[in-house]
Amino acid sequence: MIPASFEYRRAGSVEQALGWLSEDPDSTKLLAGGHSLLPLMKLRLATPGVLVDVGRVPGLSYVRDAGDHVAVGALTRHRDVEISDVARAHVPLLAHVAGQVGDPQVRHRGTIGGSIAHGDPASDLPAAVLALDGVLVIDGPRGRREVGAGDFFRGFLETALAPDEMLTEIRVRKAPGGWAFQKFNRRAQDWAIVGVAAVVNGGARVALVNMGATTVRARGTEEALAAGAGIAEAAARAPEGLEPPSDLQGSAEYRRHLATVLVRRALEEATAAGG
Amino acid sequence: MQVTVTVNGKTESHDVEARMLLVYYLREVLGLTGTNVGCDTTSCGACTVLLNGESVKSCTMLAAQADGEEITTIEGMASSDGVLHPIQEAFREHHGLQCGFCTPGMVMAIASFLKEHPDPTEAEVREGLEGNLCRCTGYHNIVQAALAAARPGALAP
Amino acid sequence: MSTTLTDGPAAGVVGTRMLRREDPALLSGEARFVHDLVVPGALHLVLVRSPYAHARVISVDLSAALASPGVVAAFSGAELAGEWGSPMPCAWPVTADMQSPSHLPVAVDEVCYVGDAVAAVVAASQAEAQDAAAAVAVAYEELPAAVDLEDAASDRVLAHSALTSNRAYTWELVPDAAAVERAFADAAVTVRERYVQQRLIPAAMEPRGVCVVPQPFGGEYVVYSATQIPHILRTMLGITAGVPEERIRVVAPSVGGGFGSKLDVYAEELLCLALARRLRKPVRWSEERSEAAQATIHGRGQVQEIELAADTEGRVAAVRVRLLADMGAYLQLVTPGVPLLGAFLYHGVYDVPAYAFTCTGVFTNKTPTDAYRGAGRPEATYAIERAIDALARKVGVDPQEVRRRNFIQADKFPYSSPAGLVFDSGNYEAALDAALELIGYEELREAQARRRGEGATRQLGVGISSYVEMCGLAPSRVLASLNYVAGGWEAATVRMLPTGKAQVVTGASPHGQGHVTSWSMIVADKLGVSPEDVEVLHSDTAVSPLGLDTYGSRSLSVGGTAIALAADRLIDKARLLAAHRLEVAPEDLSLSAGQFSVRGSPSSAIGLGTLAFEAFTAHDLPEGMEPNLEASATYDPTNFTFPFGTHVAVVEVDTETGKVDLVRYAAVDDCGNQINPLIVDGQVHGGIVQGVAQALFEEAVYDGEGNLLTTTFTDYLVPAASELPSFSLGRTVTPSPSNPMGVKGIGEAGTIAATPAVVNAVVDALSHLGVEEMAMPVTPERVWRSIGASASGTGGGR
Repeated sequence: MIPASFEYRRAGSVEQALGWLSEDPDSTKLLAGGHSLLPLMKLRLATPGVLVDVGRVPGLSYVRDAGDHVAVGALTRHRDVEISDVARAHVPLLAHVAGQVGDPQVRHRGTIGGSIAHGDPASDLPAAVLALDGVLVIDGPRGRREVGAGDFFRGFLETALAPDEMLTEIRVRKAPGGWAFQKFNRRAQDWAIVGVAAVVNGGARVALVNMGATTVRARGTEEALAAGAGIAEAAARAPEGLEPPSDLQGSAEYRRHLATVLVRRALEEATAAGG
Repeated sequence: MQVTVTVNGKTESHDVEARMLLVYYLREVLGLTGTNVGCDTTSCGACTVLLNGESVKSCTMLAAQADGEEITTIEGMASSDGVLHPIQEAFREHHGLQCGFCTPGMVMAIASFLKEHPDPTEAEVREGLEGNLCRCTGYHNIVQAALAAARPGALAP
Repeated sequence: MSTTLTDGPAAGVVGTRMLRREDPALLSGEARFVHDLVVPGALHLVLVRSPYAHARVISVDLSAALASPGVVAAFSGAELAGEWGSPMPCAWPVTADMQSPSHLPVAVDEVCYVGDAVAAVVAASQAEAQDAAAAVAVAYEELPAAVDLEDAASDRVLAHSALTSNRAYTWELVPDAAAVERAFADAAVTVRERYVQQRLIPAAMEPRGVCVVPQPFGGEYVVYSATQIPHILRTMLGITAGVPEERIRVVAPSVGGGFGSKLDVYAEELLCLALARRLRKPVRWSEERSEAAQATIHGRGQVQEIELAADTEGRVAAVRVRLLADMGAYLQLVTPGVPLLGAFLYHGVYDVPAYAFTCTGVFTNKTPTDAYRGAGRPEATYAIERAIDALARKVGVDPQEVRRRNFIQADKFPYSSPAGLVFDSGNYEAALDAALELIGYEELREAQARRRGEGATRQLGVGISSYVEMCGLAPSRVLASLNYVAGGWEAATVRMLPTGKAQVVTGASPHGQGHVTSWSMIVADKLGVSPEDVEVLHSDTAVSPLGLDTYGSRSLSVGGTAIALAADRLIDKARLLAAHRLEVAPEDLSLSAGQFSVRGSPSSAIGLGTLAFEAFTAHDLPEGMEPNLEASATYDPTNFTFPFGTHVAVVEVDTETGKVDLVRYAAVDDCGNQINPLIVDGQVHGGIVQGVAQALFEEAVYDGEGNLLTTTFTDYLVPAASELPSFSLGRTVTPSPSNPMGVKGIGEAGTIAATPAVVNAVVDALSHLGVEEMAMPVTPERVWRSIGASASGTGGGR
């Protein structure tokens, strides 16, 4: 498939990209690794008039130890997050999940910023960032702002990013305790039917993949754990209040069931790992 | 727009449409038709090439995004005197191909994989090929070929 | 007329694991598939396809498309209607009263499935053609669609407004109805099962492609197509497009897999030809993957009812089968015949006295079905192998033991089957024994018992599938009795070239099978040349004008036999020439490693290479002998061949999530004598995975309106290496007496055997929980629901 025609501009800086975005934010799209956007353009489900390629904007590919958190540049490729010593040491969940995205070829091109900004509830990284209590750093014509992951994911393919803004950095809290990621799918290359990212460190934060219009926290589970419930009892409350999709890979009912099993397994694994 | 790419060691420069995907640039502009297109959803891996030494799916990348980069295609794997690359030789030795359509992508995916995993287990090879589909071989012999290529001393079947 | 694999004691290459001669070109990227061909000035065809399963075409507005940049022409179906000499061909009218709705390459006033073409756009580039196709405005009046097979069979909604029923045909095979009735009346135990063969998308990795290059002043056309059947295609293109057959040359360059999906005559092939004729320019079409899901045939698509009548020991006395077969919207080349290829095999490997089969073909508003790897035989094997497991559970006997009690015994071959076939040779118990040993059956049963006792989350299941298939399509007289319009022979020519090399011309047309290697090996041993010195010409009607192509595991047993026979005839001629040169009687000569020598006087000898040159110069030939060493043969088999074997699958089932992991797999196949075990292994591996894919992963899913929901590889789950284990292969060798080389065929065996082995394993893993039913593909959700339903006493999966 061949995308519809568009104008291609290569940005040399965040400022230049934002300048072009502001000219016509509604029909302009940012292109990083392209692994969320280009497939849609090939099927002509997305037909932007202008593509601003930010792939070569310098200084946005890094994984940095920033004291109480780890800062990841939005253009850092999944593969680079996966093998980053800093990520592995301080946020092993993030490194692990980056190694679970798509397939090796996708991980060589796709970026963490692109994945987060796409806001797909079936993607793995948003759940990891949510479980790690991440903060998204956004630059735009009105300056820089920071949005907590809990406020960033607004709806299906919808985030707190305005059309004229750009995600530039992902910050995730260091997580010294136990963690686990459970990804359930039928083929390794597929999106998760349901996924669970769990961080256990005194308390527990549990985020779910593909259990609603956005990545979501398993609030029922978290509350139960906070109230002293055991893992099995808490896991049974994982789907509380959630409205998972029904699709070819599983009904909503099945996803609710899976969530209870996978959350229990994730919590057991995270606890055993030192949580 | 002008795109300058080093492909299989040779610098190429062409004026292409912005919407031209890398795979079509390789196939139609450069005539390197060994790289195949097997799907339209980044699923099958038939179009896998190396971008600066790492496997990527050339159907999910604009030619413009490759500007200034180094690409290796299947045509760049055998040496110029016609000697197959050890991975290609392992495919032959282990009957890792039948119709041959997925093969270039498989070879390129394995080339990249073995750089990252020089001494893989079978399970790692299988995981590492999650993004490449084959309809003929059942993968058994592809996996054998990849394992053999990782251990050149054990190339004989 | 007799031939053996090798003449004389010389160690040959036949039977060795010779590496493939095809590989260097494919591995280096040099091989050319249709999409790779550079054709200057070629125009690109893109089709506009119906988004409705069933609709009347009210109008087709091409004006915006025609104004689009780069567009050369655009046509509605009505504007092209005059191009066709006849509707699209179906070569298998299985009954005299079979209904077949008229099928044109581009629909004129009624579209009957999502993907049915309504307009054709031709532009200078693929991108421009796609842009313009998006600008074609078609007005439709939506009609009710017949989607579900059983619902369609009721005629509640008609798939075609021109037909009064959705029934295409009903075909019966009931040799002795009274015997079947009696067996069921007397049966101590009966089993009645209903299975759904979901639709599958063949998904050859190379999508289809066509390029037609006209010579407008000569009136000739070269058709490059990704096809399995260049010869059949040429004839059918001639008939359907109204071009004299001799003006058409069909070339199948490197073809990236077929599995039956390229065993067809497609609208796009006809369109490229018609448009090249009309526009006097080369026209090419490249299928996209999401287009392939709708525009290339699907496989399977049946609802099966199978009943067994048995005694309390599990001995089967009768098998009764009723099928509904989903034709899809139209009859493609062999659509109606596919169920018939299974019709004779629903008793499987078992000696069953009484047999009844009936099948009704039904039209639906979905992509047409046709032959897909195994074509009818996987469906039959699935039904009997699952039913035999159901019987084993019912009578409380181990599934391998029930099989043994019913096997056709080795001393009964050739075996006259209750369906009227003669099975050529077999030893089913030996293959079962070998497979059970290979997998370690007893240890597995112990491990299974342990896990059951522990109440483990991951339960273990072992599934057995013993199969026999009929392949080597086919004896022409048998095809005639089944109403197939063509024969089943294959043709070959073998020549010695002046320099002592050999040339083979074959009518078989490979697309991954390694024919060049196998044919070289056969001829090398015959003529005492190196396999590298054998040139194999194929897949181009200009160099190989005579042939019936590649499908139905026929290449070796029919096409390979033709080659062997032609080589023998060449040797016969060479022997006469050698006798002339050595001044001895022909019968005094023996041939070994390409040398004729005089018996008792071995120093007096002459080589085939020398004789080839002598025959080429023709300076001194015996009186009446024509120059050159060459011979042709056309082989029409006298019977099918009947490969068989036993496959064993081991699965682990996560009883909490329903996930099934195939963890081990053993296959023992018997395809008679083998030319190249390396290639046999590869065919088995690939076949197994396509069978596993049906069992666990793949289904073409339609919604209630007839929209195909699985159009891409993100929804249609072709498994990757990451989803599969390695396989343990074994082999028994029971030569076929039906052909001179004693060969059978192996292209479809793995697919036929694997599907029931895997599903039987899943049911076996869960049978202690009361699970007996399991629909395909065995998705995690289905497994989870089956466990839940059994636990809550409602029985059965969905």
